[in-house]
Amino acid sequence: MRAVTQVYEGGFSDAVFNSQKVFRALMDAMASPGRAIEIGNLAAAPSPISSVAASVAATLFDHDATVWCDKSITSSAAAIGWLKFHTGLELTSNPSDAQFALIGDLETMPSLESFAKGTSEYPDRSTTIILQIDGFNGPEELTLSGPGIKGTQGFAPSQLPKMFVDQWAANRGAFPRGIDLVFAGKGALAALPRTTRISKKEA
Amino acid sequence: MGNEDSSATTNAGEADFGRKAAMALLAQATVQEMKDFWAHWADKPQVETLRGPETGLVMMRGRIGGGGAPFNLGEATVTRATVRLGNGAVGHAYALGRSSEKVRLAAIFDALWQEPAYRQTVEDTILAPIAQRLNDNLEDRRAETAATKVDFFTMLRGDN
Amino acid sequence: MYVAVKGGEAAIRNAHKLLADRRRGDRSLPAIGLDQIVEQLALAVDRVMAEGSLYDTELAALAVKQARGDVIEAIFLVRAYRTTLPRFGYTKPVETSQMAIERRISATFKDLPGGQLLGPTFDYTHRLLDPELAEDGVVETPDHRVEAPEHTPRVTDILGHDGMIEADGDMPEGLETGDLTREPLSFPLERDLRLQALARGDEGFLLGLAYSTQRGYGRSHPFAGEIRIGEVEIELEVAELDFPLTLGRIRVTECQMINQFKGSSKQPPQFTRGYGLVFGQSERKSMSMALCDRALRARELGEDITAAAQDEEFVISHSDNVQSTGFVEHLKLPHYVDFQAELDLVRRMRGEHERRESENSETKEAAE
Repeated sequence: MRAVTQVYEGGFSDAVFNSQKVFRALMDAMASPGRAIEIGNLAAAPSPISSVAASVAATLFDHDATVWCDKSITSSAAAIGWLKFHTGLELTSNPSDAQFALIGDLETMPSLESFAKGTSEYPDRSTTIILQIDGFNGPEELTLSGPGIKGTQGFAPSQLPKMFVDQWAANRGAFPRGIDLVFAGKGALAALPRTTRISKKEA
Repeated sequence: MGNEDSSATTNAGEADFGRKAAMALLAQATVQEMKDFWAHWADKPQVETLRGPETGLVMMRGRIGGGGAPFNLGEATVTRATVRLGNGAVGHAYALGRSSEKVRLAAIFDALWQEPAYRQTVEDTILAPIAQRLNDNLEDRRAETAATKVDFFTMLRGDN
Repeated sequence: MYVAVKGGEAAIRNAHKLLADRRRGDRSLPAIGLDQIVEQLALAVDRVMAEGSLYDTELAALAVKQARGDVIEAIFLVRAYRTTLPRFGYTKPVETSQMAIERRISATFKDLPGGQLLGPTFDYTHRLLDPELAEDGVVETPDHRVEAPEHTPRVTDILGHDGMIEADGDMPEGLETGDLTREPLSFPLERDLRLQALARGDEGFLLGLAYSTQRGYGRSHPFAGEIRIGEVEIELEVAELDFPLTLGRIRVTECQMINQFKGSSKQPPQFTRGYGLVFGQSERKSMSMALCDRALRARELGEDITAAAQDEEFVISHSDNVQSTGFVEHLKLPHYVDFQAELDLVRRMRGEHERRESENSETKEAAE
């Protein structure tokens, strides 16, 4: 019975206030790229979805959201069941059709190029990718600049997609089209909107 | 779902049919019926709410020409709830309208219906009266409508 | 052009208070209850549900009450409310052939199987005001006729058997059903999106257009093949259960309009169809919808587009009364700066006009 009910557990205890809190955190994160915003553990989903990723999913996904999940997540029936029950999302097998993507394993994720970048008329029709990571004290610090950042901002996620700096430069070059990233760490989240520039920190 | 064991599939199918019918009746109960049934339910289980009750919308569809391709007709309010009883049974309910209390109780009765020990009681004391009321209404409407059926008379014409 | 202006807060507050007072009216009279509106003004409630595009009798009644009986204002309130709710999903298409029928008539076949069932209709009333209704008199209970339920096949299926009429409308394989509440409309539209727009369109606007087709502006030789009113079951598929759930029943009105079609190089002459499906009991709306649906198929059927009712961009862009009222009524908003600019422009043009006039008269005088 536990295995079945796992799918039904772990939603927001207070759907309105919890989702407002997470939404506010996402807005703040987008407004201050690279800054980690604490949200705590408001939702709990079956492995491998982390609490912060679950909270972001429960806030942003709904019946109208088309979502692509990577294999680490789709291979868990409980994780997919949880997402379906708590958000009503529609899954897609094609990253370029996705409004959102949920990535459990950054090592094997497709290139940013594979996701929807929007159109010139509707640059908003692009994929927002949620990257599940361990935290924001990674070995390598990136230096961010751009709208929302006074001067520069350091950003050290524990994991990054492969060739990330080059991929991001290409994404930045497509502006106003382009994808946006949300990093879901432990108890906190941060964002990289398409407007942000990255330069590797000088040694 | 399964090519594993055909007999198990058939049984599950039958149970689904029973549960589908049960849930359809619970969805069409009135809030007062649900409250009364709950008030008279001896031995009330512990109830934990897993989702809702929450109200949202469904987009209802029609078919072009009545039987062709679907089109979106318009929305309706729907309320849903998911509960878990003390013994672990999970019940769901969805119904048109905005009555949270009705739907929460319907989810409890759905969970109880799934328990072999309670199924008969749920069917006899809750589902049967709802079915009876719905059927009476339907028969009533049908008889009222039938009374407005046109009986054509052939008028005799000419010089007989 | 809009410029922020401040002021008027107290005036607005008091105006709303006054509105609430006028809405309530004479306090010595009992306030009208939502259940009374649902039961006794049922067709106003149906119209608010249909054009508000939200099936909920109690909410529609509340909207009618709050709007003081202004139906378009009530529709606006309902539309605003629906934006606050999450969407749980799309239901399975309703099966109107399985309808629990409360009225069903055909103007094309007298002896159709299942019979002509008049139901609660205004037809054949004498349209004489009934003074007795002004009093709370006793109303008779309706007659009953108990008989075995009869099969009521759709008239279009009866005609369909010998190929005299086109089939129910199909859409290209694999096409996702359009939803104008999710994607902005871009013309030309497919028939599914047009029907969605017509189903929530303004009854008066569609009625006028439907009438225009009868008067020759896009004539389509229509017959009311069948009209049926009654309840249909609503079913939804949800992730947590592997069977479709019954959510309840709603009342709808369906109209099958049958129209002449002279045929084309590809098709022999046969009857074509217009389709109407509307929330609640609303024959006029469903018939108007069906006539407009047929007129708007001109392009598909290779007919000349000569009339307003056949012009998809014209009909669909102006059929939504919330959009229409929003744009017409926005003219009440302060346009002080625009108007100031217009005033200056007109003054300048008048100055130039006068200058030209006087120059003209001078040259005339000089010539004389």
